[in-house]
Amino acid sequence: MNPVVLRNVAKHYRLDAVDVPALADIDLEIHPERFTVLSGPSGSGKTTLLNLIGCIDRPDQGDITVDGQAVLTLRDDALSDFRARRIGFVFQNFNLLPVLNAYENVEYPLLLAGSGYSAKQRRERVLGLLDAVGLADKARNRPGQLSGGQRQRVAIARALATEPMLVLADEPTANLDSHTGAAIIALMRKMQRELKVSFVFSSHDPQVLAEADDVVSIRDGRITGIRRMEVAA
Amino acid sequence: MNTFRLALRNLLRNHRRSLTTLLAMMVGAVSILLFGGYSGNINYGLQTDFVKRSGHIQIQHKDYFLYGSGNPAAYGIANYQHIIDVVKNDPVLKPMLTVVTPTLSLGGIAGNFAQGVSRTVLGSGVVVDEQNRMRRWNDYGFPDRYKPLALSNTPVDSAVIGTGVARVLQLCGPLKVAHCPQAPAKASETGAAAPDDIAALSAQENSDKPAQPATRIELLAANAHGAPNVAGLNVVQAVPQGVKELDDLFVMLHLAQAQRLVYGGDAPQATAIVLQLQHTSQIPAAQARLETLMKTTLRDDALEIHDFATLNPSYGQITGMFAAIFGFIAILIGAIVLFTVGNTMSMAVVERTVEIGTLRAIGLRRGGIRRLFMAEGLLLGIIGSVLGVLMALALAWLINHGGLTWTPPGNVEPVPLMVRVWGESRMIIGTMLGLVLVAVTSAWWPARRAAKLQIVDALRHV
Ligand SMILES: Nc1ncnc2c1ncn2[C@@H]1O[C@H](COP(=O)(O)OP(=O)(O)OP(=O)(O)O)[C@@H](O)[C@H]1O
Ligand SMILES: [Mg+2]
Repeated sequence: MNPVVLRNVAKHYRLDAVDVPALADIDLEIHPERFTVLSGPSGSGKTTLLNLIGCIDRPDQGDITVDGQAVLTLRDDALSDFRARRIGFVFQNFNLLPVLNAYENVEYPLLLAGSGYSAKQRRERVLGLLDAVGLADKARNRPGQLSGGQRQRVAIARALATEPMLVLADEPTANLDSHTGAAIIALMRKMQRELKVSFVFSSHDPQVLAEADDVVSIRDGRITGIRRMEVAA
Repeated sequence: MNTFRLALRNLLRNHRRSLTTLLAMMVGAVSILLFGGYSGNINYGLQTDFVKRSGHIQIQHKDYFLYGSGNPAAYGIANYQHIIDVVKNDPVLKPMLTVVTPTLSLGGIAGNFAQGVSRTVLGSGVVVDEQNRMRRWNDYGFPDRYKPLALSNTPVDSAVIGTGVARVLQLCGPLKVAHCPQAPAKASETGAAAPDDIAALSAQENSDKPAQPATRIELLAANAHGAPNVAGLNVVQAVPQGVKELDDLFVMLHLAQAQRLVYGGDAPQATAIVLQLQHTSQIPAAQARLETLMKTTLRDDALEIHDFATLNPSYGQITGMFAAIFGFIAILIGAIVLFTVGNTMSMAVVERTVEIGTLRAIGLRRGGIRRLFMAEGLLLGIIGSVLGVLMALALAWLINHGGLTWTPPGNVEPVPLMVRVWGESRMIIGTMLGLVLVAVTSAWWPARRAAKLQIVDALRHV
């Protein structure tokens, strides 16, 4: 089953009295356990599309199915719970909670999702993720005491905490230097493979495109092409 | 990470703003509590004074309260001694009572006929020992101010008068009253000279007394049959009364002497039976019991009962005035706290818009956002009111030990200025609850706005 299916989706913004079309005629399937990149020039609609896939925004028309669930039928609370359990987010600006340390930031989604983890399992999971992103020794640091690259690593651990089937990242390397960005991409790639999660990115970054399994090209709110790599056996 | 820990950390994050808000709440709590403690102390003081003088409840002849001042003798309670016995031995009332004592009020003319001066007075005949026991009542723990009546241990024909009475009767000299100017000479022209028959009565009354001390006065009153009667009284002291109107009318004498004056050889009566209770809070229970007795055992006596607040209308007026000022201050401070906390929370919501979007994206429900900000308001309210109460207690202690004094209305001597905060649990809890409620209320609107934010808009916020 494809984790994300969009059918005939359209979205426009209203600015004052003017309609700004952002997306039109979007038909898209994201394949499971793949590293999918949305690529396109600035203003083409990548963020808008990611927001729709992430169930934090609603289209004007069309249907969206995430993990087999027709998400547009869900009410706000149910949708929140759905996001908490099934979708992880990585943001361009990291968006960690400044009052929580690295450990607590990673733990927070577990508490939100009320997932069936015992306190001990939760602890193991958080420490395991921090270890996997190379920050085992920074668990007690608050975001203000971490570098940009380290913050994004914490954010990746947080996005993966609840074992989501889908992780969305809107330009996750845009605020990092190219060296750190490459390390972050490599980390996400590694995590995606190990945890068998579907990752969807938006990016202009050639490094990212090079790593991608599937590349969805967008221009002026329309999909202009999809290039899928052969699935390795 | 539960909501409250998160809320607390967010408050600590912007500790300067949180402190300013807390300070506003503390100042508010302190003002409310100190003023409440000050006015509460005044109310207790007034109540203590009234209860010491006129007891908690008085049993009177029916209609005496409204019409009796015209002719007190006509509203006497004939078998007051029996009623006192019934009350004192009643199993329900007995444990509450401290004193039950009769009094007799009378209107009359006091004259220093040797000087040719006289004036109308209000006399009250009292049982001195019992009145002294009443004056020991101190349920609110005021610094001991017990002073026995000046009438204590005096012969039955003794009297105590107000300084105003002493002035008019030209007794200031003999009674050694301070600050009492001698009456100008022409006073005797306008002063009421005693009519001949009264002078004769007084002469008759005094005929058996050989030596006339300079402090001797005559008290003329109508007896129960409406005929005039005179009692010779030896004034032992002039005592200033806090209110001038009373000071100019006050005569206190022994009950036996007053009864002899009004009832002569007839059976003596009393115009009131004064009941003093251990605690003011027992009034309703005591009143209810008295009502029952009046319908049963004391059915044949036409009686009515009044509590001290009815007998002393100024008590209700003064406490009412303080309550109004207190209410005004409380509302004012409530409004200030409302806007202060509201402003703090609104700023927090704006500053943390992206954070709100993030929390919502990773799965926190709208209600969770609302709870988070409400929890911050609640914490501000709790911390602010606790600190405010502590500060008010400390300040009250300082004031109470600062040696300040003041003279309350109706008092003659200054009393220590006291602010009662410690032990006033109802006021303290009420103030705390009120402040917490105000803080939560003012957080409600910003919290609602935060919860209603569109996730994508919040995330795009710069
Ligand atoms: N909230 C909004 N109100 C009005 N117009 C918007 C809003 N958000 C996006 N748009 C418009 O919709 C179009 C798509 O925007 P979107 O942010 O999805 O582009 P993008 O591909 O993510 O661009 P970038 O690479 O610069 O992030 C743009 O024309 C943009 O101006
Ligand atoms: Mg974008």
